[in-house]
Amino acid sequence: MIRVVLPAHLRTLAHVTGEVEVHVEGQATQRAVLDAIEARYPALRGTIRDHRTLQRRPYVRFFACEQDLSHQPPDTPLPSEVTAGAEPFLVVGAMAGG
Amino acid sequence: MAGVRVLVGTRKGAFVLTSDERRERWQVSDPLFAGWEIYHLAGSPADPSRLYAAQSTGWFGQLIQRSDDGGATWEPAGNQFEYAGVPGTHQWYDGTPHPWEFARVWHLEPSWTDPDTVYAGVEDAALFRSTDGAQTWHELPGLREHGSGSSWQPGAGGMCLHTIVVDPTDPKRIFVAISAAGVFRTDDAGVTWRPVTRGLLSEGIPDQEAEVGHCVHRIAMHPSRPNVLFMQKHWDVMRSDDAGESWREVSGNLPSDFGFPIAVHAQEPDTVYVVPIKSDSEHFPPEGKLRVYRSRTGGEEWEALTRGLPQRDCYVNVLRDAMAVDSLDSCGVYFGTTGGQVYASADSGDSWAPIVRDLPAVLSVEVQTLP
Repeated sequence: MIRVVLPAHLRTLAHVTGEVEVHVEGQATQRAVLDAIEARYPALRGTIRDHRTLQRRPYVRFFACEQDLSHQPPDTPLPSEVTAGAEPFLVVGAMAGG
Repeated sequence: MAGVRVLVGTRKGAFVLTSDERRERWQVSDPLFAGWEIYHLAGSPADPSRLYAAQSTGWFGQLIQRSDDGGATWEPAGNQFEYAGVPGTHQWYDGTPHPWEFARVWHLEPSWTDPDTVYAGVEDAALFRSTDGAQTWHELPGLREHGSGSSWQPGAGGMCLHTIVVDPTDPKRIFVAISAAGVFRTDDAGVTWRPVTRGLLSEGIPDQEAEVGHCVHRIAMHPSRPNVLFMQKHWDVMRSDDAGESWREVSGNLPSDFGFPIAVHAQEPDTVYVVPIKSDSEHFPPEGKLRVYRSRTGGEEWEALTRGLPQRDCYVNVLRDAMAVDSLDSCGVYFGTTGGQVYASADSGDSWAPIVRDLPAVLSVEVQTLP
């Protein structure tokens, strides 16, 4: 199981509290985790990635193990701590504004 | 007992204000969609329990919410707005070609007769329609592709399709307004479109009488008289008596003919309301006095409505979608401000009182008159 921390607005949309867990077949990557999240919570489609291009939205960031994974190619394997469930994969609304 | 439900979209959520038909005591809901920009909420004329809301943020994009119980509960609906085909380019602020890019939904317009049919006006300007209760959206590309689209330019707020007026006697006839392209009409349910701008005069464009390029802020129609349209343009209040074929200025004695919203009285098709704003660079009421102006003559002759409205030190704006009327007798008139006040008049504008004073900046106000 992959642990995922969603930002507050997306937890509200998905009707969840706290962390969520998703199961990923095969290699755990950003793409696989986000596919699993969107399949389980269809209301989140288009909020993290563009519907058509699947590009990360500009003010969304992906963190794990104190690293910014946002700019990694989406098929890069996630850190072993994330795939082992020891660390969560964080979807973060970027700091912006004043 | 009859009542009124006022749907208020703000910069940080939506609010539902309710009252009985006396419109003296109001309940203000807790924020809905707290923290999100709610550009617009609208109820179906055919089923007042069916509501739609356009919810967005710069972080997480566009969502559409739908309620089937008058706003008590909401569920996310479809939020995929894909332009049809290869969308091409329009002009950017610097005159260079810029790819069409979806930014947000500005306005939702439910059908007069079918609760599941709803139109969405979006930025970058295009018209979408859903016939399945907002689950899926399809562009009506004839508007964007009618010929002038590549020359459209954004207004200061973006290139938005912000006004959708459907003829209640002929659902194939639809008017839309785009900043800063103008007003367009279809007579075949959105397949083909043409600009209907003859008579508009705009100083901010090189050819002041050009067919496209006018910054139309809002159009209003009385449902009993669908060939008569009233328009608040960037500057000028305009009127058409022939379904947009020609327009004439009816600004008359207004202290300023710049403004954003325009509305028509529910029972009197020649009674029109505007909120004059000082200028395009100073978006607040002239002299710091918040005044609604009413014409009972279909334009030209306007009277200031001030009772209950602040008459000093007031520097709020009233945005294009932030004024509406109910259909009770006598007509209720409502508007919201960028300062977070929602004012109501239960006597056609003669007197006003705030329903609520301290909301986030108000983006839109719609009213449902409930049986």
